[in-house]
Amino acid sequence: MPFPLTVNGIPHQIDLPGEVPLLWVLRDALNLTGTKFGCGVAACGACTVQIDGVAVRSCQVALSDVDGAVTTIEGIGTPDNLAAIQQAWIDHQVAQCGYCQSGQIMQAAALLAETPDPTDDQIDAAMQGNLCRCGTYPRIRAAVHAAAQSMKV
Amino acid sequence: MSRIGTIARRTFLVGSAAIAGGVAFGVWYATKSMANPLTPAEGETALNPYVLIDAQGVTIIAPRAEMGQGSHTTLAALVAEELDVAWEDIRVIHGPPGQAYYNHAMFGGILPFPEYNKSALAERIGDVAGYLGKALQTQITGGSSATADGFEKMRHAGATARETLKLAAAKRWGLKAADLRTENGAVMAPDGRTLTYVELAPSAADLTPPSVELRPATEWKYLGRTMPRTDMVAKSTGTARFGIDTRIPGMVFAALRINPHLGGAMKGFDDTEALKMPGVLRVVNLTTGIAVIATNTWLAQQAADAVQIDWEASPHPDTQDAIFANIRAAFETEANSTLRDDGDAATTPEGATLIEAEYAVPYLAHATMEPQNATALYTGDALVLWSGNQAPILHQKRCAEAVGLEPEAVTVHTTFMGGGFGRRGEYDYSVYAARVAKAMPDTPVQLTWSREEDMTHDFYRPGGMGRFRGAVMDGRAVLLDGQIAAQSCLRQGGVRMMGIEAGGPDKGLVEGAFDQPYAIPNHRIRGHIATVDLPVGFWRSVGSSITAFMYDSFLDEMAHAAAADPLDFRYQLMKDEHAPSAACLNAVREMSGWTGKTPEGTGRGVGFCYSFGTPVATVIEVQDTGSGIRIAKAWIACDPGIVLDPGNVEAQMTGGMVYGLSAAAFGEITFTAGAADQLNFPDYDALRIHNAPRTEVRILTANRHLGGVGEPGTPPAMPALANALFDLTGKRVRALPLAKSFDLLT
Repeated sequence: MPFPLTVNGIPHQIDLPGEVPLLWVLRDALNLTGTKFGCGVAACGACTVQIDGVAVRSCQVALSDVDGAVTTIEGIGTPDNLAAIQQAWIDHQVAQCGYCQSGQIMQAAALLAETPDPTDDQIDAAMQGNLCRCGTYPRIRAAVHAAAQSMKV
Repeated sequence: MSRIGTIARRTFLVGSAAIAGGVAFGVWYATKSMANPLTPAEGETALNPYVLIDAQGVTIIAPRAEMGQGSHTTLAALVAEELDVAWEDIRVIHGPPGQAYYNHAMFGGILPFPEYNKSALAERIGDVAGYLGKALQTQITGGSSATADGFEKMRHAGATARETLKLAAAKRWGLKAADLRTENGAVMAPDGRTLTYVELAPSAADLTPPSVELRPATEWKYLGRTMPRTDMVAKSTGTARFGIDTRIPGMVFAALRINPHLGGAMKGFDDTEALKMPGVLRVVNLTTGIAVIATNTWLAQQAADAVQIDWEASPHPDTQDAIFANIRAAFETEANSTLRDDGDAATTPEGATLIEAEYAVPYLAHATMEPQNATALYTGDALVLWSGNQAPILHQKRCAEAVGLEPEAVTVHTTFMGGGFGRRGEYDYSVYAARVAKAMPDTPVQLTWSREEDMTHDFYRPGGMGRFRGAVMDGRAVLLDGQIAAQSCLRQGGVRMMGIEAGGPDKGLVEGAFDQPYAIPNHRIRGHIATVDLPVGFWRSVGSSITAFMYDSFLDEMAHAAAADPLDFRYQLMKDEHAPSAACLNAVREMSGWTGKTPEGTGRGVGFCYSFGTPVATVIEVQDTGSGIRIAKAWIACDPGIVLDPGNVEAQMTGGMVYGLSAAAFGEITFTAGAADQLNFPDYDALRIHNAPRTEVRILTANRHLGGVGEPGTPPAMPALANALFDLTGKRVRALPLAKSFDLLT
């Protein structure tokens, strides 16, 4: 019995066991590889996506438990049609290896939806579950502030 | 004679070749004994180009892999600077395995001379050693060497392409090439006519490229400025393809379980239950473990976990104590090296105050964000590999051996890497993928390691110990006698990567200590190789990641014994020995407003290390918040000599420091029965956004060499943190990680 799943506005029927984590449905069944595998235990944030706008670790959400519309990094903007937060990431030249940045951006986007003009402390609190081994944190913080400003207009 | 001068006088061999609808340009420089790959033997079409121009425009082939360090962008800027092409019109791809992409600068740096003090002789020998890289077929991204290596080659490729395109236009118009100019991807005639590079490319392929002169730095448009990274849009939209993102029609997914007891094989296994699980296609016996192939990575992992396996024991020591007892015992063996031996270090100068200290650092994992993985397609007579790697020729060769093919039958696609830090110079993950793919011919198989598999099967940064004797008199150091004991990465890696037993002094064991620019009259550094043989490898900044903490912490202890300001103590020893290094110390003194005094609840420490050709001074400020000690602020000053991209240098210095602080604060791999005790990030955490310091970076340019930037930020961060914690608490901790001794904010 396939599971219905809506990702980036597109409905799918997923023929996989219900306990398969959303992460592996996105990556291996739907080829949406922008969402990354980092730890499998919700300790690094690389797999962060949004379900009905709420940031979740997709490695911890079973397919059968997905109860809303899923948005991944591919769904918020594309190279030809960037979201404001992606533009801020580019303007601040945030990424180094770039592997964690999809998760960072999805977490930050959820933060800004709830807190349109966050303080440094609010950014730190929201983003501390997202590990970056390259140490891009200062630029992440700057980019979140810049995105907040550009989204106000 | 400067290094750049030496290279400029060497013969550059340039060439071009026709490609479908366009032209490829390459540059090769070599001594006479080396064949020119741009004039291949009959029947061969081997050409290793740096610039391709076809109907799609200009593509730059980066000879080094992109793992976050920004090499692709800076290497592209080197070509673009001479080629006169708009930045947004440049595409960059990673080159295929090719001997012409060998890394000259990295091997030039392995000789046992202190870098900061390169004599003409050392420099000449360093150049010769650079050719070792060629002989050993190394196409390696490492040693913070990409930019130094490409500095001449890539600009020559750009200039050669430009001048050949001008020749082509001159022929077309019946004008002299000297009367033409280039701009924005086109050649222009004095009367305003233009021909684009794309239009000219096919006819340029027939021409012999003229000799060229490089533009002086005063005319640079791209170099010396912060360029938008060529990979930034892809990495901000989830469209950058890392190895793990390889998707080939019809591909299947595999998971790995190798004996956690390192070096142990497998007595047997029972896959009855695993084979019944959903999506499972096959279980592959790898003799030291198994892989499961399934229709989904997670299903493969579940099945791999369900295989009952009887592991063999590890040949390595049973306990952490036994491992460190082995390292300690190395002190009693004959020194492998005494690369610094000034004055009489055996005797304590009369009237001086003697201090002694012993330091220890743990084994460390690389913990790249992207777990190890590779994708392979085996078709009986050929293998195609998709792998994020720092050494494509090596991966090609080892995969060929593993599946019984010639290297020429193996195609390697090098993808972006989700972090490398030295881990992806190893080839184990590509070989496993190749072996698993061979078990399922004609089907692309992606093998992804779990985080646990990754952390427990690393080539670890070796643990190490240091014993230091020092003496101070009248506020100055008069003796520093240090011994470092650890496993040798070079010896183990030499066998693993090149099949050679590296004898002689191992510079990598003592770099970061023997080669520091301090004038101390009696100064000796000895290296001792421990016999324990856990798998070890190259970790961001290599030996300096071990020694800088010890050497620089000890200098701090000597400063306190001398009742001197720690920063000024270093400065006084350095200022006549190496002015650019001393200037870095002065810069952080000024940036941080260093007074030598800190208010209650605040501590500051300085650290310094000269590594990979670049001196870096770091000041760290810690604050006691009442609920944990915060690493609050950092100031970094570095001098890479020539700054090709200041924004990237700043990013690398900050990132290198965060990597070093993460290790100094929290990083430790311990072993029980030869198996790593830490499995995943909850056991092996790193700094995160809330506990990483606010950081300021200053870049100086007085050093006379083009130094690296990817690694030098890492070593000084570690002692700077320990020294700051001493300043805050009065407690001198000589063993890492520091979170075991201090309540650091997590």
